[in-house]
Amino acid sequence: MMERKYVPETKETLTNKDFKSDQMVKWCPGCGDHFILNSLLNAYPQTKHKKENIVLVSGIGCSSRIPYYVDTYGFHSIHGRACAIATGVKLANPALSVWINMGDGDSMAIGGNHLIHICRRNMDVNITIHNNEIYGLTKGQYSPTTKFGMITKTSPFGTIDYPFNPGELVMGAQGTFFARTIDCDPKLTTNMMVRASEHNGASVVEVLQNCMIFNDKTHAPITNKDVRDDKTIVLEHGKPMIFGKEKNKGICFNGHQLEAVVIGENGVTIDDIMVHDETTEDTGVHMMLARMHGDMPVALGVIRNVRKDTYTEMYEAQMDDQKANGKYKCVDDLLNSGDTWEI
Amino acid sequence: MSQEQLVINNMEDVVVRFAGDSGDGMQLSGNLFSDAAALTGNDIATFPDYPAEIRAPHDTVAGVSGYQVHVGNHIYSSGDKADILIAMNPASFKSNLKWAKKGATVIVDVDTFSDDHLTKAGYTESPFTEELELAYTIIKAPITSFTERIGKEQGVDAATYSKCRNMFALGMVFYLTHKTLDKTFAYLERKFAKKPAVIALNKAVLSEGYEFADKLELIHSKIVEAAPAEMPKGRYRNITGNVATAWGLMAASERSGRNIFLGSYPITPATDVMVELSKYKSLGVKVFQAEDEIAGICSSIGASYAGALACTSTSGPGLSLKSEALGLAVMAELPLVVVDVQRGGPSTGLPTKTEQSDLNQALYGRNGEAPLIVVAASSSANCFYWAYTAAKLALEHMTPVVLLTDGYLGNGSQLFRIPKVADLPSITPRLATPNDPNYRPYRRDPETLAREWALPGMEGLRHRIGGLEKADGEGHLSTDPENHKTMTWNRQEKVNRVANYIPEQEVMGDPDGDLLVIGWGGTAGSLTKAVEEMNAEGKKVAYTHFNYISPLPKNTGDILRKYKKIVVCELNNGQFLGYLRTQFPECPMHQYNKVMGLPFEVGELKDEFNKILGE
Repeated sequence: MMERKYVPETKETLTNKDFKSDQMVKWCPGCGDHFILNSLLNAYPQTKHKKENIVLVSGIGCSSRIPYYVDTYGFHSIHGRACAIATGVKLANPALSVWINMGDGDSMAIGGNHLIHICRRNMDVNITIHNNEIYGLTKGQYSPTTKFGMITKTSPFGTIDYPFNPGELVMGAQGTFFARTIDCDPKLTTNMMVRASEHNGASVVEVLQNCMIFNDKTHAPITNKDVRDDKTIVLEHGKPMIFGKEKNKGICFNGHQLEAVVIGENGVTIDDIMVHDETTEDTGVHMMLARMHGDMPVALGVIRNVRKDTYTEMYEAQMDDQKANGKYKCVDDLLNSGDTWEI
Repeated sequence: MSQEQLVINNMEDVVVRFAGDSGDGMQLSGNLFSDAAALTGNDIATFPDYPAEIRAPHDTVAGVSGYQVHVGNHIYSSGDKADILIAMNPASFKSNLKWAKKGATVIVDVDTFSDDHLTKAGYTESPFTEELELAYTIIKAPITSFTERIGKEQGVDAATYSKCRNMFALGMVFYLTHKTLDKTFAYLERKFAKKPAVIALNKAVLSEGYEFADKLELIHSKIVEAAPAEMPKGRYRNITGNVATAWGLMAASERSGRNIFLGSYPITPATDVMVELSKYKSLGVKVFQAEDEIAGICSSIGASYAGALACTSTSGPGLSLKSEALGLAVMAELPLVVVDVQRGGPSTGLPTKTEQSDLNQALYGRNGEAPLIVVAASSSANCFYWAYTAAKLALEHMTPVVLLTDGYLGNGSQLFRIPKVADLPSITPRLATPNDPNYRPYRRDPETLAREWALPGMEGLRHRIGGLEKADGEGHLSTDPENHKTMTWNRQEKVNRVANYIPEQEVMGDPDGDLLVIGWGGTAGSLTKAVEEMNAEGKKVAYTHFNYISPLPKNTGDILRKYKKIVVCELNNGQFLGYLRTQFPECPMHQYNKVMGLPFEVGELKDEFNKILGE
């Protein structure tokens, strides 16, 4: 395993205010994007990166306006291409901490190809997907994560598109880090962003985000304060998968699938509850956890975190090796190589 | 027969065309012949003519692969028609005879002219009619059986010796062109250093071909020797356009101090630019094979933002896919070199054939008012300098540049006089100064209007850019109508002012000509030759060839207005003509166009020019 840290750390103590830009934030009042921005501003100081060394790349959509509100280097690019642009930034200068913010349409419809390939390559970037399950900036058309059957402006009779589960997509593409959080839990969201930054490789944080205008309360059945404890589970590495208002529910593996159980009922004890291991290379359990919904709690927290050589590490290793051992030291060497003759 | 008794026909230039099944080694034969010619003092130009299929069905016309070599003095192109044609099977004979001059020497592998091979090639009877034998010197050489005999003598398996048939033909060509075998022997010894058996076999087959020709009295009056080239003194090498493009970009990287980054996706005929650059991590070259054309250019735009000399290579369909991102580079005012090795279009078109039909796409193929610099290379060797120039203009003027080459230049090869990188023009990227208190993302140089390049990692210059319209100077988002007008003007004027930094357009041929011939890009070789020949015949023809397309050199209008008759020649339906007409509507212009996936021939050009002169 290669161990390379390219991004230098700063000793300076920064706060969220240091990362706030002077631009007016123009999202709708109450939009989940405000929470995500604040979580990011809280996460940056904890990453110990200098402001100059952070590049925030976005695509197109409401969420993609975020670079203007953060006082780092930023690139508000074109629809779907943030991952490709960020890849170039990181490869050109591995000493930069590269962040990508995209919406669900941006990342999984028009930009789906780039998302799977950045995961497959394990490019060392931090991706945040603002998942509000709708196209907001174009005013309310269904997205690749819109719930099946939903009526939107372009599906007046209900969608017949089966939605993507971003976690499954990321892991199917050999992604090494996937976490899920909810916009209205800034502490968890901040924490997930810090964890993403700590991960060497492509890290994807899906934030279940509310769009007040075009898809209000789409996540409410699991994120509302009164149901959240029973409808979600925050996974922690090395700890039993316990949830519920009374902390008495847990996740078991019944031999062929995951199951939600109540401790103390039907002979279930704490020892029957699965212990979360985010580091297993096999995606099997992580996939099952990412898929949980309906009668099962929706998994939050870091679901998968696997260390694997990153593209940047392997690329730089080849560069170093070739610079040390390569045949040519300058372009003149190359021009005069092989068959040449005087006239 | 001793060499003294031979009649050597001294020629200014000789064209040799090798044709056979894909996989018969015709490209290699052509390469070895052109290298040997160059090493013995000829100027050279080569052009491969191969099918899009890797291995089409054996012995069919669809599977024929050709390689044309033009050697001698004043070689500007791969030549019109061949003096010597090699046809390794009936299919290649059938499809290539039209590329041989009347009276040409045609070598065929007679062993392959059996009934079944003839049928596969679409012949119902032997093609060697009396009429044909009178029109050409046809040498029916038993190439397959001789090669087989040598292979068996040396105890080599059939799979190995059957790959050497091309060496027999090559040996005959060396005899016919009055050249020795030593250069090719040296190549074989280098190439197969670890396989002595392969060296011995190839040498034996090559020599056998040479001796076979020596024994044929039929061709002793047919020996041609191409004139040595009168070229400037210097160190030379053979180079293809795609390799020259890659090396030009690398030279620009070294000279500018910016590491090169190429984000690309394989596409014929541009792939070799990426393949070549992939070899040089030792020189700091970063190549990223992206998941698609869009990711290719977008990763380059990201790398440009981060401070690299960013490039992407493609061909027509790929350039279409890159359009939106190219607009982003225009808007973000970032340096970027887009190499378009043009091929026949539209859509998938003719992937392995040449054309100049992406000009309009390069000039206009984006939404909005999105001007950029367009330059075009005009020979395989000068792809080096035009790639270098494209990089220089991008870095100094902070704008994307499209470099147009084409399949003919990219795959063709030429002699290249090797420069010293230190002698190339300087390149000064417009880098911002860290902690400059007055830095603003869209602050411009008052002369060039180029903004500054502030790289992530530089202290005190944090800023945001992107595809939305930005306020002049400050770079914040702006939808102000007056600002949009100003920024649109800035982007256009910045490109227009590049004309202040490029040389004036030159006129060649007879400057007082009755006709001005205009060309651009990859057609320079045949146009130069046509005009030279007409001038030699006493015809008053002037010629100007454009490499700077957008902007045009400042004196373009002055030149055009001087001539009563103008003809614009290009391998499309008149795209450059249309571009010139919008800028110089006062100048009447004829057009001569060819869209057959083929380069111009000197003969057809002269016919056309004579016609216009006579009108």
